[in-house]
Amino acid sequence: MSSRIIGIDLGTTNSLVAYVDEATGLPRVIPDADGRPLLPSVVAFTPDGIVVGEPARRQLARRPADTVYSVKRLMGRGFEDVKDEARYLPFRILAGEGLVRLAVGGREVTPPEVSAVVLKALKERAERHFGESVEKAVVTVPAYFNDAQRQATKDAGRIAGLDVVRIVNEPTAASLAYGLHRLSEGVVAVYDLGGGTFDVSILRVKDGVFEVLATNGDTHLGGDDFDRVLALWLLEDIAARHHTELDRDCVDLARDPEAMQELRLAAEAAKIRLSSEERTTLTLPFAGFTYRREMTRADLERLVEPLVGRTLGPCRRALADAGLSAADIDEVVLVGGSTRVPLVRRRVQELFGKTPHSQLNPDEVVALGAAVQAHILAGGITNMLLLDVTPLSLGIESLGGIVNVLIPRNTTIPTSAREMFTTSADGQTLVDLHVLQGERELAKDCRSLGRFELRIDPMPAGMPKIEVTFLIDANGILQVQAKEQRSDKAASIEVKPTYGLNEAEVGRMIEDSFTYAEADVETRMLIEARNEADTVLVHAGRALKQGAHLVDVAERAAIETAVAALRAARAGDDRDRIHEATTAVNRATEHLAEVLMDAALKGALGSRRATEILGER
Amino acid sequence: MFGLPRKLAVDSAELQRRFYALAREHHPDFHQAAPAEERARIEATSALVNAAYRTLRDPIARVEYLVRLEAGRETKEGDIDKPKAPPALLQEMFEIQEALAEARSEAAKGALDETTRATLAEQRESLRARLKDEETRLAGPLSARWDSAAPAERPAILAAFKEALATRAYLRTVIADLTETLDSDTETLSGETDSGIEGRHGSAEAPRTRGGMGGHIGAPHQ
Repeated sequence: MSSRIIGIDLGTTNSLVAYVDEATGLPRVIPDADGRPLLPSVVAFTPDGIVVGEPARRQLARRPADTVYSVKRLMGRGFEDVKDEARYLPFRILAGEGLVRLAVGGREVTPPEVSAVVLKALKERAERHFGESVEKAVVTVPAYFNDAQRQATKDAGRIAGLDVVRIVNEPTAASLAYGLHRLSEGVVAVYDLGGGTFDVSILRVKDGVFEVLATNGDTHLGGDDFDRVLALWLLEDIAARHHTELDRDCVDLARDPEAMQELRLAAEAAKIRLSSEERTTLTLPFAGFTYRREMTRADLERLVEPLVGRTLGPCRRALADAGLSAADIDEVVLVGGSTRVPLVRRRVQELFGKTPHSQLNPDEVVALGAAVQAHILAGGITNMLLLDVTPLSLGIESLGGIVNVLIPRNTTIPTSAREMFTTSADGQTLVDLHVLQGERELAKDCRSLGRFELRIDPMPAGMPKIEVTFLIDANGILQVQAKEQRSDKAASIEVKPTYGLNEAEVGRMIEDSFTYAEADVETRMLIEARNEADTVLVHAGRALKQGAHLVDVAERAAIETAVAALRAARAGDDRDRIHEATTAVNRATEHLAEVLMDAALKGALGSRRATEILGER
Repeated sequence: MFGLPRKLAVDSAELQRRFYALAREHHPDFHQAAPAEERARIEATSALVNAAYRTLRDPIARVEYLVRLEAGRETKEGDIDKPKAPPALLQEMFEIQEALAEARSEAAKGALDETTRATLAEQRESLRARLKDEETRLAGPLSARWDSAAPAERPAILAAFKEALATRAYLRTVIADLTETLDSDTETLSGETDSGIEGRHGSAEAPRTRGGMGGHIGAPHQ
């Protein structure tokens, strides 16, 4: 094989890279140096450089304003689209026209640039694995992503130095992974509920062809929303139960990004535990008090029920568009981490009347499918073919703000539509096309993809015959060509994406990505050591504040000495010294932490031991 | 392209089999190594294969395509002589639209009253039944007649096709309008998030009308 193609699942919460093993013909996920398959899709912009993945995730609560998570939800979107959600995000989103911009770490970045950092880390992971450079990738996106969101994903690849040879829809990628062995021929429904997005696709699998019949979804619905409703519920509960302490210290948790981030992380952890356990205990230390609460699975289900309910409408619409009813579905496949939630499984089973498949790890199955598609493109598999569809109708605005649909939703791609245009004024040299995506009648209710300006030679009104071809390629991305038929001249087209980057911007960002290149390995490890030190310092400080009276003077002095030593080490560049000093503080505070936890648990939980609870957090 | 007889009656299993074979042959996935020009050509061919299948698998789309083919027209929207529906139908649809406009201006002030609502819903149901009948007639007996007709009989059948398609377009437009009024009213009444979402994507029962009353305006502003 001349050029290797990797498969990447660029997820809201986690990202993965996979390839097809030539020896076995099976797709495999490439783990990091520590054997972890998932790369948290978190990017921190620190004064020392950019940090990505697990070390960035660890400092979410400590540097909330400079640590970007769930950026996928912002891809290809404008400020107006995300401003409601932005209230809950601890990093700053700048108001303005066009695509969203973030202000983090003292600079302005766009979502594709943030995603590029994640892609680059995965590219490097693959390069270490193969011992050679990797330049091509198949990247997955939610099936319900519109053109701008797909384009933003492609741009992210370019900024990361990857040629994105194909954008594949996540549910279809999953079906490819299952298709290798586990699916028999028939009609399959793929229910994909991830961290931030929901998709449902109905496919017919026959003779090695995976034909998508219909797809639907919601690009703003996922596990993040579960976490948010749970966190807000906890916030109310804390306010009700600890208002005395909060009032005394004049604390407004909702306005404290660190506390809110802690709360969100605790909510996420509790949600995950409640997928396998019936009940769990949350213990959250705040300055001045410790919040503790027992939660049951029923509590969680009551909170997320409306969100799970929102996935059922798209399922029914996909069925209707495919011209099928639930009884026609032969198999149901579950994809995405959020399908581990038992309530989700129950609802899906009720809707389709089938026990869903979940043999493949729902976190990994999309990446595995991306690897299969990469292998198909590289010529390694010739008996499988994926025929996907465009999720949203594509049209142009005509007089009166009405959308004239050229390509209806659920049309198999690649697909094209031709349309004739003319001018309305004498000597007109410019024809402006407004291209839209969506299912509504009026342009203002649809998604504006961009404006295409056709330049032609001046002619009397109505004389020019401009043939415009709209082609949706196999990536689900629109390409526009125009030709003036009288002169047989290709009209020049200038594209003005509504929520995208133009060529010049992408070029600049590619350059920037070198300038701001992630620190080299040594620097990165130093940054990680410092981050670790910061975390330990915060915890030690908090423990001293809450429990100084619980230990003797000598112990307190030992802790303070260790803390001071760590502060000094952290200021320097010696990574080993920082590590040693961090370990020393950990050791010095071990006893205090136990005492604190025991004090916090006394009475309330009786027989359960503190370490059990500690282990859960 | 599919090597099937040029008839309105199509063996759908055979069509699908041949489509899969053609899709395989022309899909860009299997021509990644080709030069850019070649790939662009393959992409165009692939788009054509997909469009052809989309048209041929649906009996109504087959009729629409046949009508365009016989009329020698390039695009669906560009035709000069608008499809003509029976005058009686036009009159009837016009009356429903009038009543609807009135109901809408009422609804703008507040909710529709129950009686109007019930009448509109009932009207929609009866129109839906007629639409279904019309489609069955088009795809069934009319299509069969075409396939077995002698060349001299064809113009008459073609005219019947046109009339049926026009009737269908009008029915669909009015059904969509009715649905819009009924739905938007539900939204203002209940204000539920779920119905809001339904409305956003358009419900499955009210397919988008194309080539209906308005027709297409092909000259965007400067």
